[in-house]
Amino acid sequence: MNLLGKLNWSAIPFDQPIIMGASGGMVLVIVSILSWVTLKGYLPYLWREWLTSVDHKRIGIMYIILALIMLLRGFADAIMMRAQQAVAAGGAQGYLPPEHFDQIFSAHGTIMIFFMAMPFVIGMMNFVVPLQLGVRDMAFPTLNSVALGLTASGILLTNISLAVGEFAKTGWVAYPPLSELQFSPGVGVDYYLWALQISGVGTLMTGINFVATILKTRAPGMSYMRMPVFCWTSLAANLLIVAAFPVLTATLAMLLLDRYLGFHFFTIDGQGNAMMYVNLFWVWGHPEVYILVLPAFGIFSEVVSTFSGKPLFGYRSMVAATMVICVLSFIVWLHHFFTMGAGANVNGFFGVMTMIIAVPTGVKVFNWLFTMYGGRIRFTVPILWSIGFMVTFVIGGMTGVLMAVPPADFQLHNSLFLIAHFHNVIIGGTVFGLMAGYNYWFPKAFGFKLDERWGRASFWCWLIGFYLAFMPLYALGLMGMTRRMQHYDVASWQPWLVVAAVGVVVILAGIVSQVIQLVVSIRDREQLRVTADPWNGRTLEWATASPPPAWNFAVLPQVTDLDALWNKKQRGRTQAQPPKERKFEPIEMPKNSATGFITAFFAVVSGFALIWHIWWMAGAGAIGIFLTMLVFAFRDEEEIEVPAEQIARFEQVNQAEIAV
Amino acid sequence: MNIAVAVDDEVRHEVQPSASAVGPATKRIVVGYGFWIFLLSDIVMFAALFAGYAVLAHATAGGPSGAQLFNQGSAAIETGCLLASSYTCGLMSLAITSRRYAVTYLAALITFILGAAFLTLEVREFAGMIAIGAGPQRSAFLSAFFTLVGCHGLHVTAGLVWLTVMMAQVAIKGFRATVERRLLCFSLFWHALDIVWVWLFTVVYLMGVLS
Repeated sequence: MNLLGKLNWSAIPFDQPIIMGASGGMVLVIVSILSWVTLKGYLPYLWREWLTSVDHKRIGIMYIILALIMLLRGFADAIMMRAQQAVAAGGAQGYLPPEHFDQIFSAHGTIMIFFMAMPFVIGMMNFVVPLQLGVRDMAFPTLNSVALGLTASGILLTNISLAVGEFAKTGWVAYPPLSELQFSPGVGVDYYLWALQISGVGTLMTGINFVATILKTRAPGMSYMRMPVFCWTSLAANLLIVAAFPVLTATLAMLLLDRYLGFHFFTIDGQGNAMMYVNLFWVWGHPEVYILVLPAFGIFSEVVSTFSGKPLFGYRSMVAATMVICVLSFIVWLHHFFTMGAGANVNGFFGVMTMIIAVPTGVKVFNWLFTMYGGRIRFTVPILWSIGFMVTFVIGGMTGVLMAVPPADFQLHNSLFLIAHFHNVIIGGTVFGLMAGYNYWFPKAFGFKLDERWGRASFWCWLIGFYLAFMPLYALGLMGMTRRMQHYDVASWQPWLVVAAVGVVVILAGIVSQVIQLVVSIRDREQLRVTADPWNGRTLEWATASPPPAWNFAVLPQVTDLDALWNKKQRGRTQAQPPKERKFEPIEMPKNSATGFITAFFAVVSGFALIWHIWWMAGAGAIGIFLTMLVFAFRDEEEIEVPAEQIARFEQVNQAEIAV
Repeated sequence: MNIAVAVDDEVRHEVQPSASAVGPATKRIVVGYGFWIFLLSDIVMFAALFAGYAVLAHATAGGPSGAQLFNQGSAAIETGCLLASSYTCGLMSLAITSRRYAVTYLAALITFILGAAFLTLEVREFAGMIAIGAGPQRSAFLSAFFTLVGCHGLHVTAGLVWLTVMMAQVAIKGFRATVERRLLCFSLFWHALDIVWVWLFTVVYLMGVLS
């Protein structure tokens, strides 16, 4: 019996200079960061205050750090692809061999969707939602930390595939029969499957946690129609997670059974049905699109209303539009493969539904425009991203409606037109939204603003770079260029691809500006220091100190209307009240727990072992997870009490809270 | 998992004007609600497996069909075991409410035995099918069958492990609030498995023999 399963030295591609360079660099960075942390003696601090923390704010920040690192990784893949396609015209083969190019586009898609956009969105919700709801933590704080750990495990496995073995060459959707053992005998697809299964469980936990938090734990008086729009869109996104992610889990489990135990769900023999995978995948996949973009819509709503100094136009229609999208997103999945040939009626139905789902989105765009109309707009970095979004997203939405027409889609299916479309909505929608939220809530998280000048530079580079990189792709799609081509013979495509490559370089400048923005802001943090409410905000997160204390609110705020903080401030201005004598009570906070970290460790062990067929190790990892849960279940102390004196001291130092 | 934001269970028993006026719900409500949401997601997962089974139910690839393989007698006994175990699980909940240790242990034991009997029958059915060459590798239909029924079986197994752990917790920690909330979740879980099995029995065993 082989103790290491399929694993041996040939798994490490020593003969590939590009891969070895990249993974060597990755290892070097990790080792140097780890040794820096150890030498500086930060390890106990890191463990106590971050890795074992169950504080929703810390967890949110850790999610976003993961997402930003993965943005760099996924973007590196993007640069490589654009460089390859810019040169590999005619007889030229470029610098990437096909099997490497295939791994790069698969990794790019997987990482950007699952390990950049998802953690970023979840991190943003984690940080903001409990604060906006006026409560002290999530419904299930330790579960939250476990979810973070499992997401990080998936990320780690995907990145291990760079150095040990290979990643999937199937594209990020891993359609069978190509992803079956018969055609993909290597470990690439297994890396993909286990990374997604493990992080998918984490995402499901997050979804359950947020639904319970938003529906069951809100500040006194915050009825549904007094919830900030970001909480509404988060609720919708998490309802979608709860309803859609189990389908992905089941689908990937079927593919795993095919690959590991010789089942016949999607195989060519045994009467398997490969199209069933495609259907099930997109039953999850289309709601996933809205899981990513709805929270971004919420961010834009907050940003637009704050910086226009006006309440959001059409709050109720915004809520209704969000929930309509939430429901409709489940009946449009077939538009991802009209070419399956389901017949005119089926395609017609899904085409019409796809056009209908554009209506509530249109409602939202008009609401944002009308919010800005007549407002005193302050052109800060977050609102620049919001305006950039409105223009860009409308273009992406219109090309989407265009492709919702089945006959048109038959021409455009799998062409670069499609690539341009979904980058147009995901970058223009989700990424712009996340960048707006990052700039908007950063002062709340760390107590100082991000540098405005570098922020503006990064926005303009991103915006211009985006148009340069993706508008040529629309043209190329119409000229007939399909996606995922390692090289091509049509010389007339090349100029467009060169422009696209230039666009990616401009986006790179945007990303570099963001890194500089962060560095400069940390350096100048004393000048950029802010109080509780730097933007003259409207919602409850601005009612507590920046950064907020572990307990968020010394006294749970009493909510009497929408835009709770804003109205409170208005009332305070008109009727001067004497400062109330405040009495503080001790607060019970959840105790730190290493459960999340240890579970994540064992999940990585198990996942890696399953990928390489090291069965004893997989079993050991599973037992480890079970024992960790057992230890957690048997712990005696679950909460620690923050004494009233400590709270009073904090409140005195940070005369921040605007008495809510 | 513990609740930071919710209030302790003992407060606020009187009727309140509206839920959102009073702020965060009690821990018991939050935990129960969260677990309901989990159960819904679990049922969605089963729905995907059911859909897969429905698509592949006739894809026998020349191998045996459901009508040739399924033994309704065995499936009926399995159903009886599981439904009876739901009843004893309900008795256990009552015993927990009235803080009676002996009855709790007894009801849990019977629930466990019935669940284990269900699993034994299922494993015997699987083993018999594999022995005559009707394993999951035989056809897409059998892949879907083994996955759907096996997934339910894995849930029952997890439930048995959970029940064992919970009884250990009752013995060591007594009926404290956390233990009680977990037992509440367990009984929800156990009843949900019953519901899934009723669908399964109908869609797989009854309809399978019909065709």
